[in-house]
Amino acid sequence: MALPKYTEPHYRIWHYVYLTICGAVFFFLIAPLFVIFPLSFNAEEFLSFSEGMKSLDPDAFSLRWYKDMIYGTKNPWGLAAKNSFIIAIFATIGSVILGTVAALGLSSRHMPYKGLIMAVLISPMIVPLIISGVAIFFFMAKAGLAATHTGIVLAHIILGTPFVVITVTATLSGFDHSVTRAAASLGSDPVNTFMKITLPLILPGVISGGLFAFVTSFDEVVVVLFLAGLENTTIPIQMWTGLREQLSPTILAVATCLIILSTLILVTAELLRRRSERLRGINQ
Amino acid sequence: MSSETKQILTTDGIPLEVSLKKAERKNKIKAFLLVAPLLFFLIITYVFPIGDMLFRSVDDKMVTQMLPKTFKAMENWDGQELPEEEVFAAFHEDFIKLVEDKREGKLSTQLNYTKNGFKSIIKKLRRASKKFEEGNYKEQIMAVHKRWADVEYWRAIQRRAPEFTGQKYLKGMDMYVNEEGKIVSVEEDRRIHRVLWLRTLEIAFFVTVFCFLMAYPIAHLLATLPMKYSNLLMICVLLPFWTSLLVRTASWMILLQQQGIVNDFFVGIGLVADDNRPEMMYNKTGSYVAMTQILLPFMVLPLYSVMKTISPSLMRAGKSLGGTPFIAFWKVYFPLTIPGIGAGCLLVFILAIGYYITPALVGGASGTLISNQIAFHMKSTLDWSFASAMGLMLLSGVLVIYWLYNKIVGIDNIKLG
Repeated sequence: MALPKYTEPHYRIWHYVYLTICGAVFFFLIAPLFVIFPLSFNAEEFLSFSEGMKSLDPDAFSLRWYKDMIYGTKNPWGLAAKNSFIIAIFATIGSVILGTVAALGLSSRHMPYKGLIMAVLISPMIVPLIISGVAIFFFMAKAGLAATHTGIVLAHIILGTPFVVITVTATLSGFDHSVTRAAASLGSDPVNTFMKITLPLILPGVISGGLFAFVTSFDEVVVVLFLAGLENTTIPIQMWTGLREQLSPTILAVATCLIILSTLILVTAELLRRRSERLRGINQ
Repeated sequence: MSSETKQILTTDGIPLEVSLKKAERKNKIKAFLLVAPLLFFLIITYVFPIGDMLFRSVDDKMVTQMLPKTFKAMENWDGQELPEEEVFAAFHEDFIKLVEDKREGKLSTQLNYTKNGFKSIIKKLRRASKKFEEGNYKEQIMAVHKRWADVEYWRAIQRRAPEFTGQKYLKGMDMYVNEEGKIVSVEEDRRIHRVLWLRTLEIAFFVTVFCFLMAYPIAHLLATLPMKYSNLLMICVLLPFWTSLLVRTASWMILLQQQGIVNDFFVGIGLVADDNRPEMMYNKTGSYVAMTQILLPFMVLPLYSVMKTISPSLMRAGKSLGGTPFIAFWKVYFPLTIPGIGAGCLLVFILAIGYYITPALVGGASGTLISNQIAFHMKSTLDWSFASAMGLMLLSGVLVIYWLYNKIVGIDNIKLG
């Protein structure tokens, strides 16, 4: 971004103004996340920086809220975390299987009514969550699945599949179909071809779709609010209740753990995206 | 030509055309069978339930079924004067049955939606009806309360006779059918839903504008910087994108509270007095700030993917032809980014218009949106048909934008991350 030497002064000034604006926007994007870290180590019960924290006094910091999160009496986080992981894992498996198979059909050039079907498959991502929540609640209540894990898993499969369909169709758009024909000509049946040829090649797309589905389920609160009973509480539900009633530092400890989790997912997703782009020959 | 040329046959002796068509159909079925599991799953668990919402929103059988004899007797009533004894007797018969089933409370709630004042007079009627003597029900019912002798209330009952009604949709727009059967607006100070619709549009619009103004420069920077720097800065966009919505909302709640860091900072630089800290949360400001930050990545990513494809030599060409950098930007670069702007703005607007969690937590009373009202009716008043009606009104708006999005961008071109 270095400016050429001949740049006139007022463009030079404009350039620095532009960089300052960009810096401010990046700060606005990322800074709120970093407020949570130090405050989650607060030794006191307040949600602002104490005098001790400002002067970096070691006594002002403690792991008190992390202990409370794990060992606290009547603490809901253990059950919530267990439920969240179970639901997210099953929802991811369901979304990945249904979404990948559908994406294979959608990227076939023989697929009839492609646009219309694509619009239906993507709709859970576009329709406001509150409406999805109401509709899915009506269905689950009729099917007797409200307040069950099965109901929530099914709901999250609905919300997660569009992401898998989108990422896998994107990966398949750069897929060379002559390799599957080659496999077929060598006597491989379609299932074998898929498992040995297609799947390894589109795996980055499938996994990154799966990550999206996982995060969607793990972070979803609107639909679960309609569906969950006391037994099905999840981390987002607990956070929601906590934030509505009383903002306690324990929530910040949980939030810090969630930020670490999302950083791990981000790194995985980025590595996969780059690998997939390399395979598709985009960044050559 | 076609009739005279000899048909080309395959080795099995079937005409080639037929054979090709057959193969084509087989492929079509194969492709469809792959999509079918997900498609049917979604149709059963998602598309039908949305249709069910449509049915619920116009369904008004409840009162029709509670007062079958009354409505039958009312068929001959012109609605001008008080109804005849026949109607009162039928109403009494229906009502006694409801009291036996302990359902008269539901009737009063339902009738109260149509006209205020039914709750108390139905309670009074239940108590009085135990001592009713046979015959001359008109006199006896009218004696319970003066409203029972008011023709307006009988007209209100008559209006609930049809099995289907659009009144929930009218209510969603703060309108109702008045005594003369005309559609009119409610009094000015009771128009809560119109205020909410307008506020939802206003907040969604301004959040989209703010996101655009902030996202454009940084998307440009990300697209023009060398890879090794831009990858690092991209994390600033992607980390919030992958972080839990509740975590991001929580951090805004900490920042914006009255003793929070933003207020501390304002006091520190002397912008506001320490004893006069502004309320930045639980109002519109809270909704604006938090929603803009949360939705910003959805604007940056489509803009970035479009800007990435614009060759830098175009700007150089513009400048070499005599344009100042600003003119080159405005005439060359900006028009090329319009597809990205369209995609980003529509995406952010769609997401903002249906936002629920963040406004509910930081919006307070003046920063809540139509979604919050839908949730309120689903969970608190349990008026599910009204919640369905408002949900569908919101949905139809979103579908129009979705259709536009599909026209402009194409759903196949949605990019993630």
